[in-house]
Amino acid sequence: MQSGRKIRVLIAKPGLDSHDRGAKVVARALRDAGMEVIYTGLRQTPEQIVETALQEDVDVIGLSILSGAHMALFPRIMELLKEKGLTDVVVFAGGIIPEEDIPELKKIGIKEVFGPGTPTETIIKYVLENAPKRR
Amino acid sequence: MFDRQKIEEIAKERERWQKSTLPNWIRQCPERQKEFKNHSGITIKGLYTPEDVKDMDYMRDLGFPGEYPFTRGLHATMYRGRLWTMRMFAGYGTAEDTNKRFKYLLSEGETGLSTAFDYPTIMGYDSDHPMARGEVGVCGVAISSLQDMEVLFDGIPLDKVTTSMTINGPASVLLAMYIAVGDKQGVPREKLGGTTQNDNLKEFFAQKLCIFPPKPSLKLSVDVIEYCARHLPKWNPISISGYHIREAGATALQELAFTLCDGIAYVEETLKRGLKVDEFAPRLSFFFASHNDFFEEIAKFRAARRLWARIMKERFHTRNPRSMWMRMHVQTSGCTLTAQQPLNNIVRTTIQALAAVLGGTQSLHTNSFDEALCLPTEESVRVALRTQQIIAYESGVANTVDPLAGSYYVEALTNEMEEKAMEYIQKIDDMGGVIPAIEKGFFQREIAESAYRYQREIEEKKRIIVGVNEYAIEGEEIPVKLLRVDPSVEKKQIERLQKLRRERDNRKVKEVLEKLHYAAEKDENLMPIIIEAVKAYATLGEIMDVLRKVYGEYKELIII
Repeated sequence: MQSGRKIRVLIAKPGLDSHDRGAKVVARALRDAGMEVIYTGLRQTPEQIVETALQEDVDVIGLSILSGAHMALFPRIMELLKEKGLTDVVVFAGGIIPEEDIPELKKIGIKEVFGPGTPTETIIKYVLENAPKRR
Repeated sequence: MFDRQKIEEIAKERERWQKSTLPNWIRQCPERQKEFKNHSGITIKGLYTPEDVKDMDYMRDLGFPGEYPFTRGLHATMYRGRLWTMRMFAGYGTAEDTNKRFKYLLSEGETGLSTAFDYPTIMGYDSDHPMARGEVGVCGVAISSLQDMEVLFDGIPLDKVTTSMTINGPASVLLAMYIAVGDKQGVPREKLGGTTQNDNLKEFFAQKLCIFPPKPSLKLSVDVIEYCARHLPKWNPISISGYHIREAGATALQELAFTLCDGIAYVEETLKRGLKVDEFAPRLSFFFASHNDFFEEIAKFRAARRLWARIMKERFHTRNPRSMWMRMHVQTSGCTLTAQQPLNNIVRTTIQALAAVLGGTQSLHTNSFDEALCLPTEESVRVALRTQQIIAYESGVANTVDPLAGSYYVEALTNEMEEKAMEYIQKIDDMGGVIPAIEKGFFQREIAESAYRYQREIEEKKRIIVGVNEYAIEGEEIPVKLLRVDPSVEKKQIERLQKLRRERDNRKVKEVLEKLHYAAEKDENLMPIIIEAVKAYATLGEIMDVLRKVYGEYKELIII
């Protein structure tokens, strides 16, 4: 895969909902698969998430949300990532996100959306295959 | 429950059966698994016999319904007298929207309302707070001030309904608003009936909607318990909740044990206010989840009732049976619902609801089949309610009290759940109680471990979830009708709030908020002054901001 550096993943919880079971299970599964995982904790603003992504120099961001506020919050996160020049970072999402919102989310640059019941294996595989290659 | 000689005879016969009959069967048809375990990790035997309950004493461990230790139920007639309360959780959009839904539910014969608040309200933010963006009215109704509460209960006489409010950190503020609406309607406070969830302890390791650090959070919960004991005799000030512990990933056993630990902490803390145990304990209520493992859940409910009665009697020395009552509300388990083949969720919910009824619950909420995808639609809520009605009126299970009593398996499992829960309680006592255990991350770690183990079991197919890791439909299209909250709700709500801030008596608001600040620093019971504040139309966010200043905000202990 990549020589030397482990893939760095930020698992982030935007919005006010506190359902962190899925986010934590995914974080732990990615860590057990050999990645560096940073988990933000609950109720992070788009600004805080992007700041952490920048500080931690991550390759991948996983956004977890179950409150239904994704259409209000995800565009702002993507905008800020662009502003900060973090355009290489691969962003995926998970939680309760209705099928019909997915095309719009893909348009703004969210690469993949994982629904409830997705095996962590699928997410690990996705990250391994899609994390940007470092020079 | 059997004499020794009989048990010896049975043991001998069982040994014979194991040697002569069983091996032939196993040869022809080996057992499907090497070991069978329930979610709590308890090994399930192939067969239970009187040997497994040989140390039970009928009067000591089961007794009669309506009598100590209440294993068989709180009421002597149980559902023959009155069915459980079918209380469906509702709330979305503006106060007007939910008021309409409430009136619809009342016209359908419901007498118990159950309010879902949106996340900003739950976190103590006004609808125009930057953190509220995109969340106003989405997962519940938005309530920022008494004005919203007046709209929410407009035309609903508060002496004729009981209202349950799922609110914790800001419970005192929402209860104050409810009291203020009652005052305006001319309803005497002693007639107000309902429940505030108000269980702040479980927030730190389960629902995680924490605002303040653990100690002031506990203080606020106890403020409500104390105030209600003195002024609102028909109000259940707290619903000590295992539901969220379970949903966060705990096993049934952990749910049971941790919930009772929280219960003990509330009793101990309220006693410090100078109340006698019988002045508040009869009004403590509980809330559990009902998951998929049918008998494990039934055993959990029965063990919970017996254990609480014993704790109240032996640890807190009450002699009033009402103080020993564990009145419980049960909700079927949201985390067992699958997004795949969503109609299967109706079956899951039915099994879980049946377990709750056979476990003797007082009140039940059944989830809707589409809740792994979105908020439920009116149609899916109706199916969920009908599920309860079918159990109540068609299945016959409500026709006798505690029908599973005496089952060797159910009784053995009930005993085991109780014993193992006691071991946990002892462990937490040894740590110095719930707050030190929270601060050490004990509960958080236990729950994260269980959640991860559960997920691993699914991925390794040690646990089959129909439609997900087995019997999945390749390329399944999920045809559900989604309920969407109109985005104009946020705009409307913010306009109303800002108008209120312009038009109210702002000098009075400032004064009362200063008084609140002072009272919070003095460690007084804050209920009276919060009632005064909401009546002056101080907003939820303003009141909570004062408390945030005094108590500080909770910083999450991150444990993956």
